[in-house]
Amino acid sequence: MVDWTLIAESWPLYLNGLKVSLILMAISVSASFLLSVPLAIARVSPNPLLSKPVFLYTYVIRGTPLLVQLYMIYFGLAQFEWLRESAAWPLFRNAWFCAWLAFALNSTAYTTEILAGALRQTPSGELEAARSLGLSTFSIYRRILLPSAMRRALPQYGNELVMVMHATSIASAVTIVELTRTARDVYYNNLAPLEAFGLVAVFYFIITFTLVGLVKLLEARFLKHLRPKSADPRPA
Amino acid sequence: MTPFHADPDEAMFLHGYFPAILEGLRSTLLVSAVSLAIACVFGLIGAGAKLSASRAANIAADTYTTLIRGLPELVLLLLIFYGGQILINSLADKAGLGYLDINPFIAGTTTLGFIFGAYLTETFRGAILAIPRGQSEAGLAYGMSRGQVLRRIVLPQMVRHAIPGFTNNWLVMIKATALLSIIGLDDMVHRANLASAATREPFTFYAAIGGIYLAVTTVSILLLGWVERRFSLGVRKVEF
Repeated sequence: MVDWTLIAESWPLYLNGLKVSLILMAISVSASFLLSVPLAIARVSPNPLLSKPVFLYTYVIRGTPLLVQLYMIYFGLAQFEWLRESAAWPLFRNAWFCAWLAFALNSTAYTTEILAGALRQTPSGELEAARSLGLSTFSIYRRILLPSAMRRALPQYGNELVMVMHATSIASAVTIVELTRTARDVYYNNLAPLEAFGLVAVFYFIITFTLVGLVKLLEARFLKHLRPKSADPRPA
Repeated sequence: MTPFHADPDEAMFLHGYFPAILEGLRSTLLVSAVSLAIACVFGLIGAGAKLSASRAANIAADTYTTLIRGLPELVLLLLIFYGGQILINSLADKAGLGYLDINPFIAGTTTLGFIFGAYLTETFRGAILAIPRGQSEAGLAYGMSRGQVLRRIVLPQMVRHAIPGFTNNWLVMIKATALLSIIGLDDMVHRANLASAATREPFTFYAAIGGIYLAVTTVSILLLGWVERRFSLGVRKVEF
């Protein structure tokens, strides 16, 4: 049934695909995290001039498919002559840049909503205590609001990381040879779908559960104070 | 965008491709609706298996949801589309039938239904657990059959608890249908690809179908919000 020689021959190709997928994920996630912190602060702001545009951004991005967003950037922008003649054109002609931009902008929308939700759940006492100590607004965000919101956001953010990992498979549609493209190439060259896609499934599985495990470790470390005391089976 | 032109043919909306795009939308919506129906069946079976007393059913359902959540949709789609093709052909070969082509519509809806059934399993399981046990017990004590308890007490209340998770899954699924263009389904994305190639205006067409997707998700959010309110009549909201 399963052609093991094919698997033995092709798995080094997958290691290369794995590297590409992981790099793509890392650069997308770091950009989206950096962007979403200021956007989440704007999103919860009482000033509608700050919060409404961010809401519009997250609503539009979350309401449309990532594949269409990627196509718009990679195939679509070439339509505009002013862009083709500008200095930025070498970037927009590059599949890596376009995939990074699409994934980062997409993940920013989801991460912003996760962080904004966690900011809104801040216990009002924490904010009052910080104000009564005379902290400046900047210090309140830096020392109180953001650290506590990030802790609360951790479980959902873990899901988002897995989603971005899985979303990188869409880069296979724009010539980038990551894990899914590798599997598709192995399939087309050998017409053995079970081996080609089965092997890539194993790779995705390992990354997904490594990510889930890492987030669990972070949760155990940063959400320790939120665990119900009685639920902890260990003696005090 | 299209610049203003005196020639009416030139100024036509989306260069006359609008009807073709709308036809693609019809196939996108049809795939979404059929996938959703399949996903609900898988979700209910999965939730039933997770909540059942049978150890084997628990393990089977856990394996199902874990497997699905560990893999990208596109990979599952390709695996089922190409793997299923070979499987069906080897079966057809043994049965003495000729070459059978798997229709992308069938492969797509089955795969999406199977994937989102795993997510709905969790949604439905949580919704059933949210109904106080005493209510079913009261129903049984009044002489209702198990079927009546399910139909009159559990299912109507489950809807209220399941709607938020259901809405999320539905939105993710509509967007996932865009991937079916990769296995050759003639959906809205596929139509946009063709129109882009013919007109050399890809941005216009991808932006247009992006706008249509946004309209579909917006209508879905409004509609499901209404359903949730409808099924929450008489439930007091928590006030902080």
